[in-house]
Amino acid sequence: MNNALAVASVVVKELYRRKDFYVLFVLTAVITLLMGALNFFNDDKIVRYLKEICLLLIWISALVIAVGTSARQIPSERENRTVFPLLAKPITRGQLIAGKFLGCWLACGLALIVFYLFFGVISVSREHQLPMASYFQALWLHWWMLGVVVAMALLGSVLFAAPSSNATICLLLILGILLLGRHLNKVAVQLAEPMSTVVYVVYFAVPHLELFDVRDLVVHNWDPINWLICVGATFYAAAYAVFFLFAAWLVFRRQPLV
Amino acid sequence: MPAPSLILALLFVVCFTLATWLQPWHQSWAGGRAQSSSLLDIVMGDSQQLFANHFFTKADVYFHSGYYPSVFDQAIGGAPHMTAAKDAATEHGPEHAEETGFLGRPRDWIDRFSRNLYPSRHSHLDSPGEAREILPWLRIAADLDPHKVETYTVAAYWLRQHLNKVDEAEQFLRAGWRANPDSYEILFELGRVFDENRRDSQRARNVWELALRKWHERSARNGKQDDFILEQILTHLAQLEEREGYWEKAIAYLEKLKAFSPHPNVIQQHIEELKRKAVAPSVPNNSVSPQAGKR
Repeated sequence: MNNALAVASVVVKELYRRKDFYVLFVLTAVITLLMGALNFFNDDKIVRYLKEICLLLIWISALVIAVGTSARQIPSERENRTVFPLLAKPITRGQLIAGKFLGCWLACGLALIVFYLFFGVISVSREHQLPMASYFQALWLHWWMLGVVVAMALLGSVLFAAPSSNATICLLLILGILLLGRHLNKVAVQLAEPMSTVVYVVYFAVPHLELFDVRDLVVHNWDPINWLICVGATFYAAAYAVFFLFAAWLVFRRQPLV
Repeated sequence: MPAPSLILALLFVVCFTLATWLQPWHQSWAGGRAQSSSLLDIVMGDSQQLFANHFFTKADVYFHSGYYPSVFDQAIGGAPHMTAAKDAATEHGPEHAEETGFLGRPRDWIDRFSRNLYPSRHSHLDSPGEAREILPWLRIAADLDPHKVETYTVAAYWLRQHLNKVDEAEQFLRAGWRANPDSYEILFELGRVFDENRRDSQRARNVWELALRKWHERSARNGKQDDFILEQILTHLAQLEEREGYWEKAIAYLEKLKAFSPHPNVIQQHIEELKRKAVAPSVPNNSVSPQAGKR
């Protein structure tokens, strides 16, 4: 466990040394503030459009950070040949995968905290209320969703040759799931056999990342989600993250490093 | 093989010649957008209308607090009227609403579970002032497609009726009128601003009479009739004239309305009533027609 934590701490340090997070955060802040400066019919209490834009930017930035950071971890260790001294120390390949995952996931969590703090400030400045429970749930579910994404990208990094192709494939898959995942069962009932069964199998097999997208509830000030539902969603994400990490370990443990 | 510099010079000459031929053609091309004064026109072209429709729908999504059928839901069950689901929820409880709403019964455990994580109950922006949240999308829709008349009338309705922003409603309608000078819908809504909010009967009358003329002009031109708006214009004009005591004008509008109304008997009764008022000795003498011209 200590080995994995040591690897994770290096990954977290890498995040704040790189410029990705800062650039994305500044972009998010600037675009949100510019949109907030717009005047619609002399009404300064309009806030939901701003919350929606800010959350959309946060989701895009978080996905870019998560996929970008995780996809390059193992390939860059190989490319720089630092993977050899790393594995020469008493650290197994499984610990390396776990450490990389933990580091990327924690780094995403830190970035999310900063993003959601900004979102909270923007929201409070306009709405003069802070629904802490809803915002915490949104942050929590978002973070667990990123856990699945990070694990998926790590699996991709041992399957695909280049980080760029891995990142592109992962982002396409994630976007596909986010946009279509909820509706695949509706599409399946419209199709003839055997396509209907095929689509249904895909529907039940893919990780439903869209479950963790509670932006509409936050934007439109719906009541907080039942905490048991949150716990259920957390276990769902944890199961998929473990599955992807296990698959990554299975591939990586027998893979030649050169 | 000639020298590379000669090939380069030849290619340059060919490029220059093509440019001198293509540039005038592009300038005169009907599909060119370079002449447009608007940056949006140049950058987005006709796709603006597509986005305008999207943002107009977005306003409706906001009005229902995010509870809105996706394209997949609409493909399966059509686009049901939103109020149907709300009525079902209030009359028969949430279980019945679940069956009758566009979502229907959950198809599987993922479907059932996911409904806790997005807006899955019918809701409206009912609280005072909450309707303001739809306005940015309507404004953006109007900027992208200034010829979508519905955007102006819907925004003006919410501005003056629910948010007490009469000045903003009038300004927005006037902007819409400038972009759509033949729109009787915008003129009708502008008349309502003058009549119901400004209490300026004279201007309301002028605007509604102009709306009536525009309706006839467009009907004569296009052949198809928008009877609903005509009914609205005639009803409001008749009510205004009756309120002002110009019985004969009110009767004239009601006679026209009778031909389109689904309840001609009710209109006829009202006409009879007005006729009685017109001949009664206690009625003030308003036989002189109201002056037109105030705009």
